[in-house]
Amino acid sequence: MTEHAHHAHAPAPLGGKLITPVTLCLGALTLAAAVVGVIRFIFGLGAVTNLNDGYPFGLWIVYDVVIGSAFACGGYTMALLVYIFNKGEYHPLVRPALLASVFGYTLAAVSVIFDLGRYWNAWHIFWPGYSNVNSVLFEVATCISLYIMVMWIEFSPAFLDKIAVGFLKKIVPDIKRIVAKLMFLFIALGVLLPSMHQSSLGSMLIIFGNQLHPLWQSGFMLPLEFLLTAVLLGFAVVVFEATLVSMGFKRPRETDLLARLAKFMWGLLLVYLVLRIGELVLRGALPHAFQATLEAFWFWVEMLCFIVPLIMLAKPASRNNAGKLFGAAVLLMLGGFMLRINGFLVGYETGDGWHYFPSLSEFIVTVGLIAFEVLAYIILVKLLPVLPALKPASR
Amino acid sequence: MSETIFDLQREEDAFAVVEQRLQISRREFMQFCAAVAATMGLPAGAEAAVAKAIEQAQRPSVIWLHFQECTGCSESLLRAEHPTLEKLILDVISLDYHETLFVAAGHQAEAARKSAMQAHKGKYVLVVEGAIPVKENGIYCKIGGKTAVDLVKECAADAAAVIAIGSCASWGGMPSTGPNPTGASSVAEVLGKPVVTIPGCPPSPYNFLATVVHFLTFGKLPEVDQLGRPKFAYSRLIHDNCERRAHFDAGRFAIEFGDTGHRQGYCLYKLGCKGPETFANCPTQLFGDAGPGTWPVGCGHPCIGCTEKGVGFAKPIHQTAVLKNVVPPLSYPRIVEEQGGTSFAAAAALAAIAGAAAGGAAMLAKNLGKQAEDGKPGTPATNQKAD
Repeated sequence: MTEHAHHAHAPAPLGGKLITPVTLCLGALTLAAAVVGVIRFIFGLGAVTNLNDGYPFGLWIVYDVVIGSAFACGGYTMALLVYIFNKGEYHPLVRPALLASVFGYTLAAVSVIFDLGRYWNAWHIFWPGYSNVNSVLFEVATCISLYIMVMWIEFSPAFLDKIAVGFLKKIVPDIKRIVAKLMFLFIALGVLLPSMHQSSLGSMLIIFGNQLHPLWQSGFMLPLEFLLTAVLLGFAVVVFEATLVSMGFKRPRETDLLARLAKFMWGLLLVYLVLRIGELVLRGALPHAFQATLEAFWFWVEMLCFIVPLIMLAKPASRNNAGKLFGAAVLLMLGGFMLRINGFLVGYETGDGWHYFPSLSEFIVTVGLIAFEVLAYIILVKLLPVLPALKPASR
Repeated sequence: MSETIFDLQREEDAFAVVEQRLQISRREFMQFCAAVAATMGLPAGAEAAVAKAIEQAQRPSVIWLHFQECTGCSESLLRAEHPTLEKLILDVISLDYHETLFVAAGHQAEAARKSAMQAHKGKYVLVVEGAIPVKENGIYCKIGGKTAVDLVKECAADAAAVIAIGSCASWGGMPSTGPNPTGASSVAEVLGKPVVTIPGCPPSPYNFLATVVHFLTFGKLPEVDQLGRPKFAYSRLIHDNCERRAHFDAGRFAIEFGDTGHRQGYCLYKLGCKGPETFANCPTQLFGDAGPGTWPVGCGHPCIGCTEKGVGFAKPIHQTAVLKNVVPPLSYPRIVEEQGGTSFAAAAALAAIAGAAAGGAAMLAKNLGKQAEDGKPGTPATNQKAD
């Protein structure tokens, strides 16, 4: 990444106090999640979750893993844009996006352990002879694990200098050289791997078959829908995160950069909506959306979260309006969120009588994980060279 | 050994002889051999060794003594419904002396015993059925003027193997129940050395046959536990192989005969079933070759522990058993699975989170939009997230 130093400003640590009211609040939320985590690991899933035989997975899998990894697609989307489509001007957005991604994914992997009843057998999935290579979950698990490693390597230029103490002082320059030489490989993998597992998360819904409501059971279109929304979410998250960072850290906004980014986002959103609605019409599932059911209600919530941003960002002028851009990004994130919640929980009916609504403890863990993610982001951008350095009169 | 056991041509001839001798088809004969081998838990292919041993014309001489008993063990052996079992019983072994099956009587019978003992000295198998009274010098059981104690000692002296069949011969059984007026004792106690015991009241005939056939096939008696019981039949608790075990584990018990639980086949533990402290293969071997359910617990009666010294004929039938090496699970599995619901706190928490997020995002967007309209894109917004 450093070879792009010709562009804009090299990243630099922000510095500043680490203990602030915000970080303290986030720390408290993280601590609450840790307490529930301890209870879960001592007394089991039944003690803290509302999971049952009808709904063997719940909020932790659907939010923390499926949605969490989709929200963490900023790094993927930016790498796709900068390195594959060779749009170098977006480079300042890559490293912050990557930081959010590497955390999003690592925490998604951690929350899988929370949700596995017999987590001590988790290594079986990678072990030859135990692993079921025909399973979609196998693909997701190996792909996500690999991607997390790839992302830490991609992100390593940001922290390698920091850890160069003691005996590491000697080897860090060598590591940096090797990493820099092979970076093209890791970047390629960093684009390939999410394309694989983000679509596989959709493939998992194919397996649900008739248990999934017709509004979401799009069969072999599901992988594409999940992949497209993952890329969309990547764009949206980059906008969301860049806006919050510039506000939170009192930095100038990168509105023009984001506005151009929004153009891609808008085009992709149009493609997605055409595909999604076209598929519903062709399959004859659209009438389900006009029935007075809970599923239809949540379907419309989901669709409006996609349609409203399409209208909001249609004009170039509105894309340059930071408020509208931010609003559209939030709505898109909510849309991707609802698509996954609807597919995995709302539209998923496993038989008469089975209900699932997350327990308070499940919410505490999820909120705590998000808090931890934000906390780590704040601390790391202050300590590590992630955000572009500011020059006077930068615009 | 296994390679040389089965010589096809020789086997053809041998089978012809066996078919003629036992008057059964070759198929039936092999079925019997396989059944016996399976009872002993021998590996596949062992039925060939069994078949070879049985087809030999030279059958071991068996002397069968009866003392304090009901002849139930002999009855059980004879009443087995396997089509030609009784033929096999009488033809696999050469039953040279058996008081209740003998045609001979009186001195004639005693003479037959003596001549058999003489002819097969050191090679015959002695089977003892019934307990041996030892009080008052054993006067409570006499045959041909001799006490049971003397008879068993005399016959055991030159026997190749001694097998105690039934609970009475094994450990005193029913005749030894307190106050034990005749001093009923087991064969091992009278002989002063351990013998193979086939306890049960009556025992499964296959456990006895398999023991004898083991002796024929391998020239020695099968491996036994500390009470002399062949391990192939008496190494597992009845409780561990019981078809009602799942009800025990789930806490579903019959409380009275004829109650709902009893009619639905629930566990009989609370009716006094001694399965949890009795070692025997009854649940897997069953009785009478009549198919599933043909054993006491299968028919709805608690096990009385007849194969276990100190349990059968000692503990009251309806006294609950002592649990041996089985500890009930701390928590029983739920019979009704919870199907989930929504807690008010969780719903309220979600509403609060959603409301805060929506409000925050809307305010943020509004502020940003205002600044954009004011034409101050670079001005940082004042926001609660600022540090």
